[in-house]
Amino acid sequence: MLKTPLHDVHLVLKAKMAEFAGYEMPINYEDGVMAEHHWTRKKAGLFDVSHMGQVIFEGPGAADFLETLTPSNIKGLKDTQARYTVLMNEQGGMVDDLIITRLGEEKFFAVINAGCKDKDLKWFESHLPEGITMTHLETRALVALQGPASEKVISQVLEVDLSDLDYMHIYEHSQRCFFSRLGYTGEDGFEISVPEEDAQALWDKLSAHQDVKPVGLAARDSLRLEMGYPLYGHDIDDTTSPVEAGLRWILRKDGLESCIGADRILKEKENGTDRKRVGFKITGKGIAREGADILTKTGEKVGDVTSGGFSPSLQVAVGQGYIADHTLNVGDEVLVRVRGREIEAVIAKMPFVPAKTKTAKKQQAA
Amino acid sequence: MSDMKYTNDHEWIKVDGDAALIGITTYARHALGDLVFLELPEIGRKVNKGDDFAVVESVKAASEIYSPVSGEIVAVNDNLADNLDDLKEDLDKGWIVKIKMDDPGEADGLMDKSGYDSYTEGLE
Repeated sequence: MLKTPLHDVHLVLKAKMAEFAGYEMPINYEDGVMAEHHWTRKKAGLFDVSHMGQVIFEGPGAADFLETLTPSNIKGLKDTQARYTVLMNEQGGMVDDLIITRLGEEKFFAVINAGCKDKDLKWFESHLPEGITMTHLETRALVALQGPASEKVISQVLEVDLSDLDYMHIYEHSQRCFFSRLGYTGEDGFEISVPEEDAQALWDKLSAHQDVKPVGLAARDSLRLEMGYPLYGHDIDDTTSPVEAGLRWILRKDGLESCIGADRILKEKENGTDRKRVGFKITGKGIAREGADILTKTGEKVGDVTSGGFSPSLQVAVGQGYIADHTLNVGDEVLVRVRGREIEAVIAKMPFVPAKTKTAKKQQAA
Repeated sequence: MSDMKYTNDHEWIKVDGDAALIGITTYARHALGDLVFLELPEIGRKVNKGDDFAVVESVKAASEIYSPVSGEIVAVNDNLADNLDDLKEDLDKGWIVKIKMDDPGEADGLMDKSGYDSYTEGLE
């Protein structure tokens, strides 16, 4: 099994380890998933996400190249700006979802899912035009610090002032270390990319702060679930389109035709889709996880749960899935079938818990 | 607690005549992490040895609880649903179901406390 540069740290911390995307990763530490989840929402959670892939694209026309692979506005990204997008396949499904950040006129940084690394790299390689280089930063670690105390912690222990860094932007502190203000939790926070030999020192410094505790992949999942973020391989995959997945907001307004698989997107924008991704909250007793059925109130099957679990913040079970019935909307009652038992639920707006990212906070204040 | 018997799947069973109380071990309770929901069976349900009769949900996952013996469920500890912390090696509070066994000797071959302790040590 593969190991991240922080593997030994997790063992010392007595993390419960398990395989994830070919890596032996910490699922939770001694405090447990519930405490780690709440700590992230209240203070700052420290995550090892070094299993994710980090890739640099550089060369003339790099933005055009990325616009053939993704349906988003890459050319319009300002210097240091980051964007969530997806890699499209020929059938209008998704190869992966990822974050692309502009590092310069012709230079972009992409962070891809661990489980899709090999597939993505081959996909990039097979479409790479002459003159553009792709560099897989295999010897870099990625550490996320997420939660309201993150900015303060970094300023205190690393002496880096990130107060001017906007949400979805990167700051290249040095060639060795860059901070991106984004994450997968809905909290204000940062992903920090460093060479693997610096990873442990960075982890030790951050975790020494009283507001910081390590957080494993289990809480990473419950945090993202509360935000309604899709998880690749579960809520979105190579058969789902961005339109049915409710990701219209990532589509560029002009020049979508140049993207692989655009035909389906354009058709679906015009004519609608057979199914749509929705969130739900369980109002009865139980938890609906991936694979459970979604039924109408009268018991007719209309869809499938793609991920679900218990929300530590709301203390109820939530989830997401696809339904084929477009007449069902937020507020409508449905049933989910778990091990043959039907449980009451209601279609609910996502995120289930309000985002507290820097931009979201600014909007609230305005 | 000394005459409880244990399974490889971390259930405990306490036999009294032809009736048995069944629960999950403290080891299992710890391994499952934060519990959030327990799905209990109906009274009167017949189970075969090895059947799952209840499901315990943690934040992370759902885990089935298996019956170490065959018989009929004659009582269910409804109190557990709202007191998940009681789900442990405890005869008074931690039992999940009471089963009337088809064969009162069926649990005889299961591990005793010391056997189970060495079994779980081997899992570490």
